[in-house]
Amino acid sequence: MKVWKYGDSINTDMLFPGKYTYTCSTADEVKPHLLEDLDPTFAGNVREGDLLIVGENFGCGSSREQPVIGLKAVGIKAIIGKSFARIFYRASINQGLILIEAPDAVDAYQDGDEIDMDIEGGRILLGGKEFTFPGLPPQIMEIRDAGGLLEYTRKKLEGV
Amino acid sequence: MGDTFVQKVLARKAGLEKVVPGQIVTVGPDHLLTHDNTAAIIAKISEDLDKYGIADPDLPIIVLDHVVPAANEKTATNHVKVREFVKKHGVRHFFDAGYGVCHQVVVEEGLALPGQVLVGSDSHTCSYGAVGAFATGIDRTEAAALLLRGEMWLKVPHSMKMTFKGRFGRGIYAKDLILSIIGEVSASGAAYRSVEFHGDISNLSIGDRFTISNMGVEMDSKGATFPVDERTVKYLEEAGVKRESYEPVWADEDALYHSEHDFDMSMTVPGIAKPHKVDNYATVEDLRGLKFDQCFLGTCTNGRYEDLKVAADILQGEKVYPGTRFVIAPASNRELCKALSDGTVQTLVEAGGMLLPPGCGPCLGAHQGVMAPGERTISTANRNFKGRMGCKEAEIYLASPATVAATALYGELTDPREVVK
Repeated sequence: MKVWKYGDSINTDMLFPGKYTYTCSTADEVKPHLLEDLDPTFAGNVREGDLLIVGENFGCGSSREQPVIGLKAVGIKAIIGKSFARIFYRASINQGLILIEAPDAVDAYQDGDEIDMDIEGGRILLGGKEFTFPGLPPQIMEIRDAGGLLEYTRKKLEGV
Repeated sequence: MGDTFVQKVLARKAGLEKVVPGQIVTVGPDHLLTHDNTAAIIAKISEDLDKYGIADPDLPIIVLDHVVPAANEKTATNHVKVREFVKKHGVRHFFDAGYGVCHQVVVEEGLALPGQVLVGSDSHTCSYGAVGAFATGIDRTEAAALLLRGEMWLKVPHSMKMTFKGRFGRGIYAKDLILSIIGEVSASGAAYRSVEFHGDISNLSIGDRFTISNMGVEMDSKGATFPVDERTVKYLEEAGVKRESYEPVWADEDALYHSEHDFDMSMTVPGIAKPHKVDNYATVEDLRGLKFDQCFLGTCTNGRYEDLKVAADILQGEKVYPGTRFVIAPASNRELCKALSDGTVQTLVEAGGMLLPPGCGPCLGAHQGVMAPGERTISTANRNFKGRMGCKEAEIYLASPATVAATALYGELTDPREVVK
């Protein structure tokens, strides 16, 4: 597992350039351009189970959801951040991508630290220290647990 | 203790007597805006649409604006798919390529009304706060689910109160004010919160309010709303909306805010956002003389008639500086027609401006006015992110229409107060 570390106010243009927004929509179309203007080494080297550790206001800017679709599709286990931009946060719930808001853990992280996460329990073990983070309200957990908003919506439409 | 605007709007929409910040409510928005991305949205749910149809043909507003006229076969095909969807499902509010930027079209068509809740798969949906609506951006998947079900959850946000005093001096505009606000509170300064504007707002036109609400998302706010006043009512009347057809909502006098901020409009100076963040604020004075390759006037932030007129007044009888490109993209067909009728467009074009069709144009870097590595653009748009105008090795600065026009005249950053006639 590799940890990809980035700073504050990483916007969605850096995560997925606007010039592709009307030509690339599916996960396969998005993956080669993920983080293209932020870290050109990312798309070719990211592996399933990798983590992102990021600063404040991650995912700000455009409402485009390709970054979330791409990060979910390449198998990012979770993004641990100081804070997330609102639309990005909602888009992540809708795709079932796990975001963890834990500013203290981000500050404490040193390269090479072992990371252990209990997502349901709201705990991160990092370099031997424990950090907690708030869970999602039950109504919203229901969406994530259904596998994302479209799956949740289909269940509702079928009256399940 | 009273309630904020957003508490009152969401309570009414959710059918509840009172809601508090942090509470999750289920609402059926009045409208859902989507644009060129409608093609990608309906592709996610094509089988579901066949099975269930759309929840309500009155819910969606679809405007083709991002890449218009189509730049290539793929974007043209997307537009075709959207037109087919509109026809098949009887979507009532469809505006094909040529009407203008979605946000401008929604407001000028009278589709965003005071006291309503609107969402859109575009971050600048917050613009409709200019006319007293609660409006916010969502992702494409949320838009797809809304098309099918017509309802969504929203967390009631805390609110920030921003109070304006006084009026702008000569050569100073709403863009200067909102750039300085974002510089002060930061790009995440309103995260998870809604913003309400108060004070001497009668000194701000609906266009000024649009510029300010439009950039609410650049401080990450969830909605950025002006209270309804006589100017709002008059604007909507001119758009063909009768006063009795909407119910405005005003915050209670004793509402509880997360924070309160005061801004003196008479102290505002020409401002600029430096690359590559909107909160990277400087005054024009700080950077005077900086050379520019391209000057861009347009977008949903500042592409209305009044913005074009400010620029035309500066460029009247003048020529754009040799080697500087001046690109103009009006916010809508209606705004373009106004600017055609009184010679504003003629002035801009005679000065050497390149006139593009109404639409998003160069703002998002998909086509038109794309920059080369090492180039520098000054733009009236709302974002200056790296790569935003199609090239990650180019620089984008944001400023008012007056500053952009003054800079086009001299080829270097110029304080508009020196050239406003």
